[in-house]
Amino acid sequence: MSLRRPAKDQPESFEFNASSLEAANVIVAKYPEGKQQSAVMALLYIAQKQNNNWIPLAAMKYIAKFLDMPYIKVYEVATFYTMYNLAPVGKYFVQVCTTTPCMIRGANQLVEACKEKISENECELSNDKSCSWMEVECLGACVNAPMMQINDDYYEDLDKQKTLDILDKILNGETPKPGSYRGRVNNEPENNRKTLMDLKNA
Amino acid sequence: MLKDQDRIFQNLYNDKGSDVSSSQERGDWVNTKEITDKGREWIINEIKESQLRGRGGAGFPTGLKWSFAPKEVGSRPHYLVINGDESEPGTCKDRDILRFEPHKLIEGCLIASYAVQAHVCYIYIRGEYFVDGQKLQAAIDEAYEKKLLGKNAAGTGWDLDIYIHYGAGAYICGEETALLESLEGKKGQPRLKPPFPALIGLYGCPTIINNVETIAVVPTILRRGAKWFASLGREKNTGTKIFCISGNVNNPCNVEEEMSIPLKELIEVHAGGVIGGWENLQAVIPGGSSMPLIPKERCETLKMDFDACVEEKSGLGTAGIVVINKDQDIIKCMARIARFYKHESCGQCTPCREGSGWMWRMLERMAKGDATKDEVDMLGDVTNQIAGHTICAFGEGSSWPVQGLLRHFKKEIEKRNNLDPIVQKKNNIPYLVDQHLLDKKNA
Repeated sequence: MSLRRPAKDQPESFEFNASSLEAANVIVAKYPEGKQQSAVMALLYIAQKQNNNWIPLAAMKYIAKFLDMPYIKVYEVATFYTMYNLAPVGKYFVQVCTTTPCMIRGANQLVEACKEKISENECELSNDKSCSWMEVECLGACVNAPMMQINDDYYEDLDKQKTLDILDKILNGETPKPGSYRGRVNNEPENNRKTLMDLKNA
Repeated sequence: MLKDQDRIFQNLYNDKGSDVSSSQERGDWVNTKEITDKGREWIINEIKESQLRGRGGAGFPTGLKWSFAPKEVGSRPHYLVINGDESEPGTCKDRDILRFEPHKLIEGCLIASYAVQAHVCYIYIRGEYFVDGQKLQAAIDEAYEKKLLGKNAAGTGWDLDIYIHYGAGAYICGEETALLESLEGKKGQPRLKPPFPALIGLYGCPTIINNVETIAVVPTILRRGAKWFASLGREKNTGTKIFCISGNVNNPCNVEEEMSIPLKELIEVHAGGVIGGWENLQAVIPGGSSMPLIPKERCETLKMDFDACVEEKSGLGTAGIVVINKDQDIIKCMARIARFYKHESCGQCTPCREGSGWMWRMLERMAKGDATKDEVDMLGDVTNQIAGHTICAFGEGSSWPVQGLLRHFKKEIEKRNNLDPIVQKKNNIPYLVDQHLLDKKNA
């Protein structure tokens, strides 16, 4: 299990803004009547998006009222799933996959790059407070290893230099282009592709 | 090598678009009504005859699973749930289906929902695949627009609504009952079985849960016939499968191939061979991290299908092949997998919650050579205490890779770790638990 604790400094209150409220109502409508608790995961995600990428306790209380469920149930969900950030993270949140398939293709170099550019330890904000990084478990892009995720986007087929370049960009406030950084198309074999060539050449 | 016309996922590399019209060119949505007109019995029988086995890891026959759904809809509605919580290290096949072949999946959902009499289908996607989920959502929206979903979907007379539900980074939610808990808005902790979800599943209603790839191949099977699908591969291991080849190979890739293809052919032909040549191969994990590794000698002849892998005391799992060459420290690789399982244990059952941490810490020590001689057997003991003593299969999934390491690389571990045991046994009295007390003078 992973140990997860809420941040010490918590805001007093939280409320959905108009666009979040609209999105939340769309989500609640997906589930049968009386089963609105199902929407808790999506609502926590909306709250996280609205609140600079982390969820304060006040948001959990607000969502509990919104969905008419006990606060502790929301707290349980928020602390169980690792994608909910319970403490502030950077505007650019870098997640480096270091599980075995990435590890054997050199994920430690990506970690080194993050240590050099962002912060010495994981989950610490960079000097300009815009960035933070952490090691995560398999992100499910193993044939594009090593890779990392920045906010919602995947950056694949990296090495140390390419990672440094990407991090430089985000520290300058730019959003680099997601996808493969060795110029290959999606998950195809890089050279010597043997299958579906008619479609490729068509 | 499989002929191109026999490949189900023609757009695996996104050479063509993934929208409705280009999907229709590839044969999706062409005669959906004709398929459903043949009736539920026919669909389920055809899937049974094709011998399609679930692509999510366990390899349960899909037709059989569908036939567990109650024949008549009672007071409780039926649900179809698609498992796209792909988190097994080494596996990234569902992602490609979600983003490049969404209409195969959506059409499969319609046919499967018709077969099990569900009007609502939830697709559970892992939270990290947010961008890919958005692509699927765009495809679903387009399908609604073209009247392929909703009331009288695709002219079949069946009403179907599809909703996407995002996970939030929990590996365990790939377990079907944990997935249902998560869908209900709770912690993803697996339920006891029985009752099985086919009778009591989502919101206590009959629920059929299938993997993304399983559902996505269904329309093609029904179009081209069960005989065609069954003619590929071998008995009970039929059809095609997307293999994900990652790790120390020259061209890591996803590729759709026939079942029972030799592992060596997959690696040499499609993935460009092992880095440093075949001789440099150390071991292969054949089916995602939870399957025991297979050493090089056995890889020469291994055929990639469910039964052949089981004969090697491993499993096909999700067909996420991780190739490990001799430049890697195999103990370290397995220690990292153990760390993954320690991180992802849901914490419900004690043997798994505590044991996964023990295995990780022992393996970390062993990788450094800091472990004592007796710990090697103790590690084996711990794995046996976990496997089979938990609610879900996570216990097996976390201990099998360690057992595989001990089975094939025990000498390697023993060579590195030859410290004397901390507690010296002088008297071998098997029934005395506090034996170490005897070893102390004044105890």
